[in-house]
Amino acid sequence: MTTRNYQLENLTCPSCMAKIESALRRTKGVQSVEVLFNSSRARVTFDELVVSSDDIKRVIEGLGYKVLGER
Amino acid sequence: MKTTEFQRVMLSGMLIVASFALRRTAVSPVVADVSMLGAAMVAGIPIMRRAIGAIRYRIMGIDALVSLAVAGAVYLREYWEAAAVTFLFTLGNYLESRTLEKARASIKALLNMMPDVARVIRDGREMEILPEQVAMGDTVIVKPGERIPVDGTVIEGNAYVNQAAITGESIPVNKEMGDRVFSGTVIESGYLKITADRVGEDTTFARILQMVEEAQDKKAKTQKFLETFSRYYTPFITAFALLLFIFTRDLRLSLTMLVIACPGALVIATPISIVAGIGNGARHGVLIKGGEVMEKLGQIKVLAFDKTGTLTEAKPRVTGLKSFEMEEDELLMIAAIGESYSEHPLAKAIVSVAQEKLGPIRELAGASEIIPGQGLKVKVRGREYLIGNRKLMLENGVSIGQEQEKYIGQQEESGQTVVIVSDAERVLGVISLADTVRADAKQLIADLKQLDIRRIVMLTGDNRRIAEAIARQLGIDQCFAELLPEDKVRVLEEVSRQFGPAAMVGDGVNDAPALASADLGIAVGGAGTDVAMETADVVLMSNEINKLAYAIGLSRATVRNMKQNIFFAIIVAALLLAGVLAKKVFLSSGMFVHELSVLIVIINAVRLLAYRR
Repeated sequence: MTTRNYQLENLTCPSCMAKIESALRRTKGVQSVEVLFNSSRARVTFDELVVSSDDIKRVIEGLGYKVLGER
Repeated sequence: MKTTEFQRVMLSGMLIVASFALRRTAVSPVVADVSMLGAAMVAGIPIMRRAIGAIRYRIMGIDALVSLAVAGAVYLREYWEAAAVTFLFTLGNYLESRTLEKARASIKALLNMMPDVARVIRDGREMEILPEQVAMGDTVIVKPGERIPVDGTVIEGNAYVNQAAITGESIPVNKEMGDRVFSGTVIESGYLKITADRVGEDTTFARILQMVEEAQDKKAKTQKFLETFSRYYTPFITAFALLLFIFTRDLRLSLTMLVIACPGALVIATPISIVAGIGNGARHGVLIKGGEVMEKLGQIKVLAFDKTGTLTEAKPRVTGLKSFEMEEDELLMIAAIGESYSEHPLAKAIVSVAQEKLGPIRELAGASEIIPGQGLKVKVRGREYLIGNRKLMLENGVSIGQEQEKYIGQQEESGQTVVIVSDAERVLGVISLADTVRADAKQLIADLKQLDIRRIVMLTGDNRRIAEAIARQLGIDQCFAELLPEDKVRVLEEVSRQFGPAAMVGDGVNDAPALASADLGIAVGGAGTDVAMETADVVLMSNEINKLAYAIGLSRATVRNMKQNIFFAIIVAALLLAGVLAKKVFLSSGMFVHELSVLIVIINAVRLLAYRR
């Protein structure tokens, strides 16, 4: 399991959080997701054997939120 | 084509205006309709795109609801409604993101205090590198106007340093050889050469930043509840809209229902107040670790203070020396040799006064045993001595004579701490020490009483009479003295059962268990003491204890702000619902009220940034 933080563009509506959280939760290999509203960040714990960090970024960007960085 | 939200708002708005203008001219109304439809498309297409993105993951977000409403409006040929809804939604989002940035600005401002360059001496040459490239032990040079890039110790120079980044206090303090300096602070005048003790992520400033960043997203209880609520609210209203359509066949009514299905203001009500409150605190050197702590801090009814280091300076001075058997100097010498290994502040004070009077102490103590809360047993010059408090004497069967008892009593009555020196049988002498009460402590206690704190108590391991002398002086309600660290935990439970939620205020040095076990732990002078910073829920970075009254006031203001927001959001949601059902509110007006309410909530939270005391 790996945990990574994705810095997103400024989140403005809390409903974005719900959206990103549920989309990632439904992604195979993702164990837990926490979207931090005020710091506009997504903290994702996932199984690297099943899903890659790039896949996760793709999901977030597919929802229309730019990923500005990860660490 | 990539466009910014702002451009889309402008273009959409212009098309709406153009459409109204065209309608007044002789041109065919179709042209006006096309312009209006264009406005809806410009603002609406990105919304639909996001909606589709979400639907792929089977999520009905607000985008999907708005898209549906717009599609319905177009179907009903209500082009103005379609344009108005998308325009208002996009404009609302744009304005919200701008005001949100304001609310989050104090924390961003902290980030900007991060040092970006370090000047170090390597291979005898001065060079500029990135702060994270500095190694521990490097010699760093900082000039006027520059930010200190590491935590370190001054080895040369003298400067006035503005420590606002850490303590929130912008009056510069003097730093010279041997002083500790913090990363992120700025030299206003002078020059310093320092040895790097902590670099990069380990510096106090980096850790504060990290904690603040985490704190702003730690949810308040209220917030968790509201999030759960809205998770059900949206599908409920959506289903309701569908039912409404099935029974009334009123498409317009049902579509309007969709637009108001997202309780945006309600969901944003708490996190936005919290971030503004935490930001305000961080700017003033008060770290409040999250929403739940914020809620608790405002409800505290009991404040328990650690005495030493919190209400007093923790710098005891020797104020008197009384020998019953031998020369005073000899007594002092024995005590100093005996205490030379101890880290206790009283021991340090005795050693330092002995050094002052008698010169460097070269003799070593023999076997010694430290008895926590009592003192120590030590062999000096082949003889066994006891150095410590009354309890130590009692437990080791040393009797205190009448004359000695009277002297000790007098000393204690006047607020002195006594250290008794004895051999195996008799008391040989008494050393009196006194700690200075912090200048701002009295004012603080008065301020706290004004804040309606029910009970202010003091906990200390010190002697009862000394503790009471200080408590009286400060106006503290009750003092618990002669406590061991584990007793403090028990006393805390007791007072909190009696008077309500209790906060422990300490410096985190010897009261970490109490800080951790209290309903709320507040550390004073947290910058630099890691344990305190980690365990406490609220950290006052500087030593200025009067920040405590500000912190409590701030948390109450924040909770009040939060409640205003929630109350307002609920009223708006209820009115909208009623308005829609009464057919007084339609798509555009529904969206307008919705977006306006979110904006008002954010603006209300921004007001918190101005809170000060």
